[in-house]
Amino acid sequence: MLQEAAFTEVKAEKQTANGADLLLDSLKKEKVEVIFGYPGGAVLPIYDKIYDCDIFHVLPRHEQGGIHAAEGYARISGKAGVVIATSGPGATNIVTGLADAMMDSLPLVVFTGQVATGVIGTDAFQEADILGITTPITKYNCQVRNIEDIPRIVKEAFHIATTGRPGPVLIDFPKDIAAGTGEAPVDPEISLPGYQPTIEPNYLQIRKLTEAVSRAKKPVILAGAGVLFAKASHLLQEYAQQQNIPVVNTLLGLGSFPASHPLSLGLAGMHGCYTANMALYECDLLINIGARFDDRLTGNLKHFAPNATVAHVDIDPAEIGKNVPTAIPIVGDAGEALKMLIKQEGKKPEHSQWMEKLEGWKKEYPYWYEEEGSVLKPQRVMEMLYEQTNGDAIVVTDVGQHQMWAAQYYPFKNPDRWVTSGGLGTMGFGLPAAIGAQIAEPSARVVAVLGDAGFQMSTQELAVIRELNLPVKIAIFNNQSLGMVRQWQQIFYEERYAHSKIPSQPSFVKLADAYDIKAYQITSEAEAKEILEQVMENDEPVLLDFRIAENENVYPMIAPGKGLHEMVGVKK
Amino acid sequence: MKRIITLTVLNRPGVLNRITNLFSKRNYNIESISVGHTEQEGISRITCVVNVENDGIIEQITKQLNKQVDVLKVADISDQAVVARELALIKVQAPPQTRNEIYSLIEPFRASVIDVGKESLIIQITGESEKIEAFIELIKPYGIKELARTGTTAFPRSSQRLNSAKNYSIV
Repeated sequence: MLQEAAFTEVKAEKQTANGADLLLDSLKKEKVEVIFGYPGGAVLPIYDKIYDCDIFHVLPRHEQGGIHAAEGYARISGKAGVVIATSGPGATNIVTGLADAMMDSLPLVVFTGQVATGVIGTDAFQEADILGITTPITKYNCQVRNIEDIPRIVKEAFHIATTGRPGPVLIDFPKDIAAGTGEAPVDPEISLPGYQPTIEPNYLQIRKLTEAVSRAKKPVILAGAGVLFAKASHLLQEYAQQQNIPVVNTLLGLGSFPASHPLSLGLAGMHGCYTANMALYECDLLINIGARFDDRLTGNLKHFAPNATVAHVDIDPAEIGKNVPTAIPIVGDAGEALKMLIKQEGKKPEHSQWMEKLEGWKKEYPYWYEEEGSVLKPQRVMEMLYEQTNGDAIVVTDVGQHQMWAAQYYPFKNPDRWVTSGGLGTMGFGLPAAIGAQIAEPSARVVAVLGDAGFQMSTQELAVIRELNLPVKIAIFNNQSLGMVRQWQQIFYEERYAHSKIPSQPSFVKLADAYDIKAYQITSEAEAKEILEQVMENDEPVLLDFRIAENENVYPMIAPGKGLHEMVGVKK
Repeated sequence: MKRIITLTVLNRPGVLNRITNLFSKRNYNIESISVGHTEQEGISRITCVVNVENDGIIEQITKQLNKQVDVLKVADISDQAVVARELALIKVQAPPQTRNEIYSLIEPFRASVIDVGKESLIIQITGESEKIEAFIELIKPYGIKELARTGTTAFPRSSQRLNSAKNYSIV
């Protein structure tokens, strides 16, 4: 293999070029449309070339905002989000975003500056061992040591980030490598003998699943983000309809199956709906397609799907059997697996009783909230956002109560309309991610649903929204508290509200005004209606400070350590 | 239970870091790890001995290792017939009174003395971990001044017996 590599290098066409130029040329070859980057000492040679480069560059106001924007971009565009940060603090500022992207399988290619190779390891100014720091939170990372390797490494980075189970790749770029000149192949061959993701599932396992489906009395499909990454929503719909199997969604899988479809049971998990959770609890065949049995979905594993035969389709073999014993493991792309399943068209399950039971639950236990006079209810706000956007906006959230209300009260019709930080649960994610989502789809209506605390972790990115005139509609669900923390303290810590209430806040309206963004404080439903009608259709950014009921809790809820059948707050 | 995992990896910077990181990240404990070049240039072989509670964990470990881009191959060879060897250097107190006694222990273990001092000897011993442990136990009463072990490195045997019992070994 190494000989082969040497051989191709001999015959390959070479060019003499500057390191930074090689980097930017490689980005163009990968059809990169946008870079989310922040300049600094170690990346000055790269920025000097960006000065003349026609790739669109977005300057966030904090590197963390930059990488979250790249995540939002990646989630909506399906392409790798590209980030540049300088060495040391620039690089450490993107760590949270890398961990977030790793957890939620988002393809990112991140370039960090590094001090010159001669001083690496001397604790030079703005030096940080970013490879050491990011090893556990990247799909792959490496440092460029030779200028001639740049085209190959960049090509490999995009390949690794976007294929198989997507994830973040970090390339560390010493300053002298970017500034130096070298001879590099024009069209490098990539050689990754240790990286061969399985795309095509094993036929026998698919056969086994088809047989299990035909025997099942209580089948259910659990659809996760893997369906979205595989662009297989239509196939999922086709398969579910063909076999008449109901579909439950994970938080990140929302949109992979139309919520309005009769077979849709909705969101499962800690704040999922009764029907979805009970379907998972009682089923006798659980077909997991592209979800990873996260603990927020399964609750206590002892009580998870106790009577079910579990089939698991996942492109990452390490996910299969990690948390839940799996009888039918299917390693491969969700789309390929669904195609094979559809083609086999096995005998449909006989499960009319099951379907009736599910229908009954759906009618009996919908999401609920209580009206409270003139107090603005967050659930109602979410419903109004849905009505006002016809249910086809891109909804981007931060993390906490508002995130759950968005998941519950914005029933997605279409795939790839939902951007949220699921696995890592990163506060401060929402606003910058909305920027990235809007850049990925300039004509789409993007609604950033944020909490007041999470918003204040990324407020500075309002400047980007103004600068680029992005028509993002920012809806802050302001309960002057860390709502989810407060809810847990109320329920599990005897109402001892340690630092979860934030009565001292800036005026968000004035703050937005300082950024030259129109803003409204909204305290009643009537006001909300009037203002939403005014602002949702235009092409201007707007900030809406919804003063919602302060002590509202998210229900239903599964307490930590409990099983899916032990939901509380399922009914009024 | 003890499991032996062998990996062939691309010898790239940071690859060992990535692998050990993965163990600590998932709270798996490495008992020993040894690394070295192979017959192919640019490819290294790593042998890890891990102590795990159940088969599920070892399956996770091998899957996670397999996922690493620089890892070419992972094998849990514990259930195969293997040759496993470790080397230990032991510096033991050896005044003239006990020196002969120590020599008499060295011989049956096929260990060797590789350095002789006035009051101490350095003994080199190779073999399976159990053998080395047995030797250390025997030599302990004489006073071990220093001890260094390389950790196990292992190969599956060329011919695998059918239905071979678990963990059989030949010293």
